[in-house]
Amino acid sequence: MPEKKPESSSGSPNGFEPKIVAFFCNWCTYLAADLAGTSRMKYAPNVRVIRVMCSGRIDPQFVLDAFAKGADGVLIGGCHPGDCHYQEGNYKALRRYRLLKRVLREMGIEEERFHLEWISASEADRLKSTVNNMVEKVRTLGPLRLETKSELFPEEVTVS
Amino acid sequence: MMQPAAMPQNAKPKVALYWCASCGGCEEAVVDLSEKILDVVSAVDIVFWPVALDFKRKDVEAMPDASILASFVNGAIRTTEQEEMAHLLRQKSKVLIAFGSCAQLGGIPGLANLWSRETIFQTVYQESPSTVNPEGTVPKSLYRENGNCVNLPGFFDTVRALDQVVDVDYSVPGCPPTPKIVAQAIETLLSGALPPKGTVLAPDRALCEECPRKDTRPEKLTLQAFKRPHELVIDEEKCLLVQGVVCLGPATRGGCEALCTRGNMPCTGCFGPTSRVQDFGGKALSAIASIVDSNDEGEIDRILSTIPDPLGTFYRYSLPSSSLRRKKVAVAPGTKH
Repeated sequence: MPEKKPESSSGSPNGFEPKIVAFFCNWCTYLAADLAGTSRMKYAPNVRVIRVMCSGRIDPQFVLDAFAKGADGVLIGGCHPGDCHYQEGNYKALRRYRLLKRVLREMGIEEERFHLEWISASEADRLKSTVNNMVEKVRTLGPLRLETKSELFPEEVTVS
Repeated sequence: MMQPAAMPQNAKPKVALYWCASCGGCEEAVVDLSEKILDVVSAVDIVFWPVALDFKRKDVEAMPDASILASFVNGAIRTTEQEEMAHLLRQKSKVLIAFGSCAQLGGIPGLANLWSRETIFQTVYQESPSTVNPEGTVPKSLYRENGNCVNLPGFFDTVRALDQVVDVDYSVPGCPPTPKIVAQAIETLLSGALPPKGTVLAPDRALCEECPRKDTRPEKLTLQAFKRPHELVIDEEKCLLVQGVVCLGPATRGGCEALCTRGNMPCTGCFGPTSRVQDFGGKALSAIASIVDSNDEGEIDRILSTIPDPLGTFYRYSLPSSSLRRKKVAVAPGTKH
């Protein structure tokens, strides 16, 4: 696991720290995170990394579930086009990502909360900047608060 | 119809049927049993069925708790009255069954979760072209005039599936459930050999398994454009997906015996997911997106743009029971909506 320390003390004034769920593929992006860690790079500690064997394994249900259970953003990391360990898993991830993005938009979830980036095993710098950028964008958007809604679901329905 | 008063007072199990936010198609589905309904009527005592029999809510209230063997409730929960009836029937029944897509998953009325109640009222009672409402009248749950009180059920902001309101024992899927599925469900209930709680009373396999077009689907399927049914002359034997029509058979539970694909129309997913799937729309979306024949982002977007309404396509019957359940509506902090 990468060593996670904040890039700077740029915590938001209102104390909001975004929770980002990151699905990283075993062969490229997870190794980049590993490299970032062994290289003692510092980046925002807001990502919770979940290692999957391939970005093609990321079922849209995982992303929806992450949002429903409290993620403020979801990041997908996979191998660059042509580099997939399983040949075309990352292409399938890209197709699902593009379609799911449209559905999320219609559900009122801002575009910046869901991001896909190709990051190879050697691109620790790219991992660092991707995570930092995403955390900043989501911090600006503020909390998604879907999980609170779900807990309150029976009570929140109001009657005219 | 039947004469409830003439029913013999013996030990026949009691059954109730009720409708909530639904179109009435599920009531038709019961009548679709055709002559089999006579077997049903001879085997059970129907003690409540507002659409066909003249029993009232107070009759149900007067029944002892758990005295009804099974209540079949169709429709989603949209109003306070529907919620109250769901609780009442739960209390009076041993087994509560979500009957049809709306009760099981939220159904088509559940697509209203893309809007707030205010927007719905605004559209329906003010803005729709056929509405003439100069006084801006909208439904209220209480209205007083000359000392008289008129009550209407309250209208919730969010549509819910039945199991999001009360404890549900089984579901009978379909929009509406097919006669065979209904007959099997009743048989199962009467047999006394009840399946585990939560069971969906239909086969747990994808629709493709029972589709007559199954063998025409190649192992590897890719598409460069999707087509809506009116945009082509559909071949009656070839797999609909191969022809470019968005068919949700791969993600949908079977049991309907492929009624739609036999009728030359694509599956729209009314039987909902199999037991291995949580979010039907997410899974259906995944299945359809992965057959897009391109690795280039722009081209992928172009191909996918031929599906004009992905949310309505993949969540047609299941938005309230999906992971996200409703559109996120901007609210001021600290307020309920």
